[in-house]
Amino acid sequence: MPILTADMSAGTLTTWRKKAGDTVKRGDIIAEVETDKGLIDVEVFTGGTVEQILVQPGATVPTGTVLAIIREEPGAAPALAPTPSVPPALPSPVSATKQVAPAQAPSAAGRARVSPLARKLAADLGIDLTTLHGAGPGGVIRREDIERAAAMRAEAPVKEPRPLLDRPARLRQTIGAAMARSKREIPHYYLSATIDMHRALTWLNEENLTRSVTDRLLYGVLLIKAVALALRQVPELNSIWRGAEAVPSAGIHVGVAVSLRGGGLIAPALHDTDRQALGDLMRSFRDLVHRARSGGVKSSELSDPTITVTSLGEQGVESVFPIIYPPQVAIVGFGKIAERPWSVDGQVVSRPLIVATLAADHRVSDGHRAGLFLAAVDRLLQEPARL
Amino acid sequence: MTRDEIRAAVLRALGEIAPEADLASLAPDVEFREQLDLDSMDVLNFVVGLHASLGVAIPESDYPKLATLDGCVEYLAARVE
Repeated sequence: MPILTADMSAGTLTTWRKKAGDTVKRGDIIAEVETDKGLIDVEVFTGGTVEQILVQPGATVPTGTVLAIIREEPGAAPALAPTPSVPPALPSPVSATKQVAPAQAPSAAGRARVSPLARKLAADLGIDLTTLHGAGPGGVIRREDIERAAAMRAEAPVKEPRPLLDRPARLRQTIGAAMARSKREIPHYYLSATIDMHRALTWLNEENLTRSVTDRLLYGVLLIKAVALALRQVPELNSIWRGAEAVPSAGIHVGVAVSLRGGGLIAPALHDTDRQALGDLMRSFRDLVHRARSGGVKSSELSDPTITVTSLGEQGVESVFPIIYPPQVAIVGFGKIAERPWSVDGQVVSRPLIVATLAADHRVSDGHRAGLFLAAVDRLLQEPARL
Repeated sequence: MTRDEIRAAVLRALGEIAPEADLASLAPDVEFREQLDLDSMDVLNFVVGLHASLGVAIPESDYPKLATLDGCVEYLAARVE
């Protein structure tokens, strides 16, 4: 059961898209999982043959539980699928999954002293050996330790409190837990900049006249692309907090906050945001919003965002003071575009202005660099044709 | 195409983007955004839906004319065969 969000502790497997014996390749959808964030398509991160299905539809299991075994190739050790997408950088508040996390890749347990029988039993039961302290001589993990851990997991709170709440309520709980943790653990600082959108909107209007109805761009996609490109200049904001340090992300995957009908929001990723042409990015954006609201978000889209963009301008909000979504280290908010007086070449003129706000993690960056980032966003929006 | 048929097409397009909405109780002269909490992505999808079902390519400058059900029917009636 992949960890799709920082606070996800369990999920319900609803449907298998593949069966034992099927061949899969990296990126295939292998199963559907019901989570607090809705119905998620779970991708596999390795190719091979589905050797064994371990969790049946309808079962609610903790994150990290092995759902199936995929044999990568003849002779190779079986891979666990799907592997958790996001290492739990911040410890889950649900202690059960922390204490008795299920099996990870076999190599993860290579440093532990484990009896062969215990190792096999752990694999069969989905127990993570790295989380156990053996009661045997010198700390050796023996069969009894595995059985004890399995028994603890059976008693763990993946009981049935969740079905008592409907999905919006569970989603609210999930959001609340993530935001409370963020406020508790991340030293936020905020900067804002007012950006003149005259050039961007003028260019957009002209550009959309040349596009078919289905290919029109929204101004939001310009904001997203500008943020992605600005991150190249201040890459520390495009990092993931792991344990005690920020790890720069190889790719720029902007998570876009999407409000859901019925309440709540999710912020799935637009993969490689900085490398997509505006037309492609707009298609990806439309598709992502559609799937976020109707079901069918992929597991990697929930687990991969490296920064989040949220825009509340359409609700009339002047400026946003967003909360960082852990394990990310920054979030950008945009308010509404409003016609206001603005000085251009010494003349006061009316211009469409937008306030961009950055919340960033002071453990990772400081105001100077963050200021450069906002300046870069502004600069990029003054040359929209180059986005 | 009659106005009733156009109205039905508009409601179908709205149903696609706001499936949870009770369209039967939609006030015809009150803005969709107010009644259905639509955002710009919804509006774009609405226009794309109308284009697909009625064959009308609506320029962005005309979006304000599509703000209500009555406005949509009026606007589209003048443009569909």
